[in-house]
Amino acid sequence: MPRIDFSPSIKTRPVYAALQSRGAAPALMLAEAEGAEALIELADADAAVMDRAHVIYIPGGSGHGARLKALAPKMYHESPSFDACLERYRKALGDAQMGTQLYLAGGEGALGRAMSEALAAGMPVEAIQTEHRGSIARRMQCVHCKGVTEGVTTDPFTCAHCGLTLFVRDHFSRRLGAFQGVCVDAETPGVVPAAQEIRP
Amino acid sequence: MTLQFNDETFRDDYTYHNSAAAILRFPFPFDRDSYMYSVNMEPHAGGPEGSPFDKRFDVDEHYVSEMRDREITLAEDPLRCQSLPHMELAGWDLLELIMVSKAEDYPELFTLNRDGDRWHWINRPLGIEHRFTFLDPTTLPCGPMEYITRQAQGDFAVLDQREGNLWMDAGMVTSQADWSLDFDIGMNFFEWHAPVPKAHEMGVFQRALKFLLNIRQGSPARRLNWTMTVNPRLDTSPENYHKWGPEKRTVTAENVGRKQFLRVELQTFWRLPRSNALAFPIRCYLISLEDLVTVPKWGRRLHRVLRDLPDELADYKGFAVNRPLIVDYLSQHDDGAPTSPGIFP
Repeated sequence: MPRIDFSPSIKTRPVYAALQSRGAAPALMLAEAEGAEALIELADADAAVMDRAHVIYIPGGSGHGARLKALAPKMYHESPSFDACLERYRKALGDAQMGTQLYLAGGEGALGRAMSEALAAGMPVEAIQTEHRGSIARRMQCVHCKGVTEGVTTDPFTCAHCGLTLFVRDHFSRRLGAFQGVCVDAETPGVVPAAQEIRP
Repeated sequence: MTLQFNDETFRDDYTYHNSAAAILRFPFPFDRDSYMYSVNMEPHAGGPEGSPFDKRFDVDEHYVSEMRDREITLAEDPLRCQSLPHMELAGWDLLELIMVSKAEDYPELFTLNRDGDRWHWINRPLGIEHRFTFLDPTTLPCGPMEYITRQAQGDFAVLDQREGNLWMDAGMVTSQADWSLDFDIGMNFFEWHAPVPKAHEMGVFQRALKFLLNIRQGSPARRLNWTMTVNPRLDTSPENYHKWGPEKRTVTAENVGRKQFLRVELQTFWRLPRSNALAFPIRCYLISLEDLVTVPKWGRRLHRVLRDLPDELADYKGFAVNRPLIVDYLSQHDDGAPTSPGIFP
């Protein structure tokens, strides 16, 4: 899957580079869907990166499990969803020692959520790498009710929690792992522009 | 000087008002007939007697009602006051700064007796008397930052300084010009300013950060910022935008003088002694256009500033939709006469 070039935007909008091996240091790797390909390329460039790696893979319809497992990470776990592996991921973050490297790859929503968990667990930013692969659907926090809506692909969209129609800002909180959604018809209730596909 | 505190509201029936004296001491933010972003910092070392720059933390006729409004906002949304765990010490620093300053600057209103770490605080306008142990959180009803900022006008951001940057790691924010502490908490200086147009490219934030990182204890700085608000509403938060947003569209040629307010922030910056954090109070002042134009220089100048402001800034500040009405109204108070330099009447 080709990499996506995101349009230049404001400073909080995350930018993602390619994963770079930091050698055989202890590593926690989380790949969502097409993110698996980024881990495979990472290991192709430096096989030692898998020596002490704990890999969590959320296929999300993609089928890279066999190839990932064949890279022979120290621990390998496949999970049907982010929610299903959340406690395992949190435990791994909690158990991480000084120097543990975190490699995250996948869609925009999974990256935001995984980053947010890592920061909450006290992982230093310098130890975290993110590579975007796959979905550009966003995690959006409703600034009004604070609920997070996953997988947002249109602007505006309907908050899954309070039902307000929200426009999609590029303002992003690493702490929340989410972009900010703000009521689009606050000043003129009921006057809502036609929804458009979110562009990278 | 004996202050009379107004009994007034900043929501619903909006009974907020400025006395004749409050109008004359209003911190008018424009020192010339045009506006563009700048790092307009100056030492916060007093000012003309009676002006909002005179005391370290200005207490005015709106004090008691503003604190009541803060209480309402916090009861509806406790996330307006947050402090990351490492900011507790900075909260005590802030409490000390405000208590000491207010007790020294307004002895008739506030008293602080200190016997070692045993402190006795009296706030007469709010009817508070409390004995507590400095640096012992169990002796206060809430965290130190929350305790003291429930008794001080204006919003407060408390910024941690590390890695050559400032981090928005604590705050009390109930009278903001449309930004969310809950969303921005934990962000650095460039991140929480990310949505501001133009200023990044102009290098304003790099220069401002450099200045702020070097603020020293005992040498606070200040600047003015401004926007426009419909109705004298303190809580113009994004959280409640869907509630106050419709009011923005109620301005008419007939009511613009009464309903449209110039909103000015007196921002001050203080190095805190134990935590090395930076306290960033953002004090909000509101004046209706009809009160503002009673000072002829201000009416003339505000007309010229708003008429000539780049569209992008009017958009960002959120008053583009009402700008034609505002400029029309103000034009009736601009006879084209020259204005004197500086902000005072």
